[in-house]
Amino acid sequence: MGLLSNLINGISLGSIYAVIALGYTMVYGIAKMLNFAHGDVIMIGAYVVYLTSVRAGLHPLIAVVVSMLACTILGITIEKIAYKPLRQSTSLAVLITAIGVSYFLQNMALAIFGANPINFTSVVSVPAIKLFDGQIVISGEASTAIVVSLIIVIALSIFIKKTKSGKAMLAVSEDKGAAQLMGINVNQTISLTFAIGSALAAVAGALYCSAYPILSNTTGAMPGIKAFTAAVFGGIGSIPGAMIGGILIGVIEILGKAYISTQLADAIVFGVLIVILMVKPTGILGKKTSEKV
Amino acid sequence: MNKSLKTVKPYTKQSLITYVMLIAVFVVTLILRGSGNMSYMMQDLLVPLCVYAILAVSLNLTVGILGELSLGQAGFMCIGAYSGALFSNLMEEAIPEAAIRYPIALVFGGVLAAIFGILIGIPVLRLKGDYLAIVTLAFGEIIKNICASVYLGRDAEGFHVSIKSVSDMNMASDGEMLINGALGINGTPKDSSYEIAFIILLLTVVIAYNFVNSRTGRAVMSIRDNRIAAESIGINITKYKLITFGLTAFLAGVAGVIYSHNFSTLQAVKFDYNMSILVLVFVVLGGIGSIRGSVIAAVVLTLIPELLRETIGNYRMLFYAIILIGMMLITSNKNIKDKLSGIFKKNKKGEVQ
Amino acid sequence: MKNLKKVLAVLVALTLVVTCFAACGGNEGKKDDTSATIKIGVSGPLTGGAAQYGNAVVNAAKLAVDEINAAGGVNGVKLELVTADDEADSGDKAVSAYNSLKDQGMQIFLGTVTSGSCLAVIDKTAADQMFQLTPSASADAVIANDNTFQICFTDSNQGVGSAQYIANNKLAEKVAVIYDSSDAYSTGIYNQFKAEAAKQGVTLVAEQSFQKDNKDFSAQINACKAAGAELVFLPIYYTEASLILQQAAAIDYAPKFFGCDGLDGLLAIEGFDTKLAEGVMLLTPFAADAEDEATQNFVKAYKAAYNNETPNQFAADAYDGIYIIAKLIEQEGITADMSAADICAKLKVAICADGFSYMGITGAGSALTWDKSGAVSKAPMAVVIKDGAYAAL
Repeated sequence: MGLLSNLINGISLGSIYAVIALGYTMVYGIAKMLNFAHGDVIMIGAYVVYLTSVRAGLHPLIAVVVSMLACTILGITIEKIAYKPLRQSTSLAVLITAIGVSYFLQNMALAIFGANPINFTSVVSVPAIKLFDGQIVISGEASTAIVVSLIIVIALSIFIKKTKSGKAMLAVSEDKGAAQLMGINVNQTISLTFAIGSALAAVAGALYCSAYPILSNTTGAMPGIKAFTAAVFGGIGSIPGAMIGGILIGVIEILGKAYISTQLADAIVFGVLIVILMVKPTGILGKKTSEKV
Repeated sequence: MNKSLKTVKPYTKQSLITYVMLIAVFVVTLILRGSGNMSYMMQDLLVPLCVYAILAVSLNLTVGILGELSLGQAGFMCIGAYSGALFSNLMEEAIPEAAIRYPIALVFGGVLAAIFGILIGIPVLRLKGDYLAIVTLAFGEIIKNICASVYLGRDAEGFHVSIKSVSDMNMASDGEMLINGALGINGTPKDSSYEIAFIILLLTVVIAYNFVNSRTGRAVMSIRDNRIAAESIGINITKYKLITFGLTAFLAGVAGVIYSHNFSTLQAVKFDYNMSILVLVFVVLGGIGSIRGSVIAAVVLTLIPELLRETIGNYRMLFYAIILIGMMLITSNKNIKDKLSGIFKKNKKGEVQ
Repeated sequence: MKNLKKVLAVLVALTLVVTCFAACGGNEGKKDDTSATIKIGVSGPLTGGAAQYGNAVVNAAKLAVDEINAAGGVNGVKLELVTADDEADSGDKAVSAYNSLKDQGMQIFLGTVTSGSCLAVIDKTAADQMFQLTPSASADAVIANDNTFQICFTDSNQGVGSAQYIANNKLAEKVAVIYDSSDAYSTGIYNQFKAEAAKQGVTLVAEQSFQKDNKDFSAQINACKAAGAELVFLPIYYTEASLILQQAAAIDYAPKFFGCDGLDGLLAIEGFDTKLAEGVMLLTPFAADAEDEATQNFVKAYKAAYNNETPNQFAADAYDGIYIIAKLIEQEGITADMSAADICAKLKVAICADGFSYMGITGAGSALTWDKSGAVSKAPMAVVIKDGAYAAL
C-alpha cells in the first residue's frame, strides 16, 4: 500500500517536471540552447496566477489563462532581447546569457514581490480520490497534474505532426539552413517555440505551486534543474522523452526518499541519471547523431 | 598569419604580458594594503579573488582548450576544500609548522580532487556537449550532497563515521568532531594569505600556458577542433581528455584548499551548482580559451557585486544580471562586436592570450 | 596594428582593475569619522533564498533605532543603522558583508542572522574585538569567543528543551522527526534532540530528512505515518513546515506537531490556511499576539511601518537586540567617538555582569540575562496554536 501511494506521488510530481521539461526540450530542439531561465519563468507565472486569482479575485482558470498570456509575452520578449542577437554565436554564449536572464528574473521578482514567501492558493478544485478505505489518498492536485500533463503531451505531439507551424518546427530543428531555403520563417518559428514553452511554464507554475504551495522568488530554481535533468534523461529534443524523463525523475525521487535515504535523495536522482547516460549516452529516447568529418 | 616567422613566439609574448600584468596588480595591491589605503572589504577579498581566478583558469582548460562543457567545478573544489581542511585539522598537532603543513594540504587536496576527476572522467568523458554538462553537474551535486550529510569524529578509540546523525557515530563524549554534517568543518587553521594565494594563482597561470603550448596541449586542441581527424592521426582521445580533466580538477581542488584555509567555517552548501555556473560565467565572459581573460573576468565579476554593496545594496544582483546580459550581447553579437572590439575578445584560432 | 590593439586592451583591463582596488580604498577615512552617531551594523541575508529572515531583522532593527532616535537617542547620542547583505553565505560573502559594515564605520555588530554566516565571521569579530550580539544565529559554536552573545536560544537548548518537554508532558510514546539535513540550524537541533530523547526514554520511530529547496514531503510523511508516530517533531523553518502540514492533511494524517522557534511565522504567511496549523505546538520566545504592552506596541508599530506584515521571532529578536545595545550604551556611557574595540571591552563585561538584565519581548515575561559563555538565559516557552493564534500551554 505504501509503495502504491509513493508511486502515485512520484508520478504526479514527475508529471509536473514533465511539463517543465517540455519547455526545455522544445527550445533545445529548435534553438539548440539550454534555456536556464525557464525555471524562473515558472516562478513569474505562478506569481501572475496568484495576483490575478487571489489579489484580483478572478476565477483560478481565468488566472491561469492570464498567466499563460503574460508568460508568452515574457518568453517572446526574452527571446527577442537576449537570445536572438546571439543566434550566430556559440551555444555557450547563449547559455551564459540565459543564466543572466535567470538572475534578472529572480532579482526582479524579489524587488517587486518582496522576500516573504506567499502561500499559493491552489487553482485546482477537483476533489481528492480515496482508494482502499482511505489508505491511499490521491489529492486533486496530483490527479490534475497527471491528466493535464498527458493532455499537453498528446496535444503537442499532434500539433507538431499535423499543423503547418508544427512541421515548420520539426524542419527547423532538423536543419535550420535547409528549412530557411524551403521558405520557412526561422525567426518566427523560434519565437513560436518560445511562446509555447513559456505558456507551458505558466501552466507548470500553476500546477507546481498548487501541489507545493510556497511561492518565493527562488521557487523556480530547483524544479528548473530537476526538469532540465528530466529532459536530458528522456533524450533532450524529444517530446515523449520529456514526459518519460519527467515521470522517471519524479518516481525515482520519491521512491529513493521512501526506501533508500531521504538525506541522499537528490544524490540518488543524479546517480540514476549518470547510470542511464552511461548506458545510453543520448538519453532514453534521444536520437543518435552521426558525426561528420 | 605568419607568426611563426617572428622571433618571439606569440604565446611567450602573450604569457609574458599576463605575468607582468598579474605581478603589477599584485604589487599595486600590496602597496595599497601596506599604506592603509585599502578598505577592510578589499583586504579580505584578495584571497577569494585569487581562488576564483584559479578556478576560472582551470575550468578554461576543459571548456576552452578541450572544448567540453563541465558544470562540476564546484564539486572538485568541494573535494579539495574538505580533504585539505580535514588534513590540516588532523595534522595540526603532528605538523605544527604551517609552512610545512599547508603545502602538503594543498597538494593533498589537489591530488584527491584530481583522482576524483579522473575516476569521474573515465565514464563521462565519452558523453558530448550538454549531456556532459548535466552529468558533471550531477556529480558536483552528489559530492556536495554527501559532504553535507557526513559526520566524522575522532576519540580515543579512533575514528567514527555516520551519515545519519551525531549520536549514530557512537563517539565518546570527549571526542572531537571533524565533520559535523551540514555544519561542516570548523576551526581549520587560517593558513591562507594573499601572498600565498597569489603565488598559486601565478603558478596556475604558468601551468596553464605551458600546458596549452606543450605537445599535450596541442593534441588536446586538435581533439577540440576535429575529434575524428585527431583520432585518425593516432591521438589517444581518452588519454588526453583525462589529462585535461584531471588537471582541471587538480587546480580546482587546490583552489578549494586555499578557500577552506581562509575561513573559519566550511559548509558544503557553498559548493552547489550555482558556484559551478559562476565560474563558467567567468570563463565565457573572459573569452573561451583566453587564460588572461579568465583571470580578468573572475576578478572584475567578483568585484562588481561587492563594490555595489554600499551604493545600490539589494539591487546589485539585478544590476549584475543586466551587466552580464549586456556584456554577452556586446561580446558575442557580430554586429556590435565589430564596432567594439574590446578587451574581452573571443579567439577563434585557438591562439592563447 | 593588431598587437597595438592587444596592448591597449591589456592597459584598459589593468586600469580597470587598479581603479577597482583604489576606488574602494577611499573609505579609509570613514571609520575614524567622529560624526555624532553610534553606528550599529546588521548583517543578514537580504537577497536569495533566506531573504525573508534577513529582511525581518533589518526591518525590526530600523524600527527600534527610529524609535530610540525619535525619543532623543541614548544619552543624547543618536544611533545609526548600517546594513549589509551576506546572502546567508558561509564564506567570502559573509566576510565581505561584515567588512563592508566596518568600512561604513560600524562600532557595534548586531549580527549575523544565520548560523553559517555567523561562524564565518566570529573569528574576525574576535580579532577586531567587535562587540557582537547575534539576534538569531543559534548554533552552539557561534558564541565560542568572548565578544559574541546571543539573543536567541542555542540549538542545544532548544533540542534538549523540546525532548524534555515532550517527555515530561507525556505528549507521545512514538515520535518522528523531519529535519533539514542541509541546514545547520535544523541538524543542530535534531542531533541534540535525538541524544536527549534517548535519555528521556522517548522512542524515535522515524528520522526523516530533506534538503534545501525540497517541496515534496510525501515520502517523509508516509514514513512517519507508517511508523505510527503520534508526534512529529519539526526542528525546521516555517515555510517548509507549512508544506508539511498541508501535505499531511492531504493524506488525512493528523499527528501532533511540535516545533521550535523556526516555526514562528507560520501564521503570518500570506494566504496560509491557519486551520491547518491548529494544535501545532512550538517552543518560541516570542508570540506576536501576546497580551503584554511591549509586544503589542512592537507588533502595531511593525505592522504600520511594513505593509501590515506580522513580525516573526527574527524581527522580535532584532528589536530586542537594538534595545539591549541601547541599554548597554546608556549604562556604560558609550560615546560616538569611541572605537569598536573600546566599546567592546566595556560591553562584553557589562552584558554578563550581575546587575544587567533586559526585559524584552522575547523573554516570555522574564528578564534576559547573559553569562560569560555568551548564551542568553531564557526559558523556552511552549505555546499551542489555537483558533489561529498562539495560546500558552
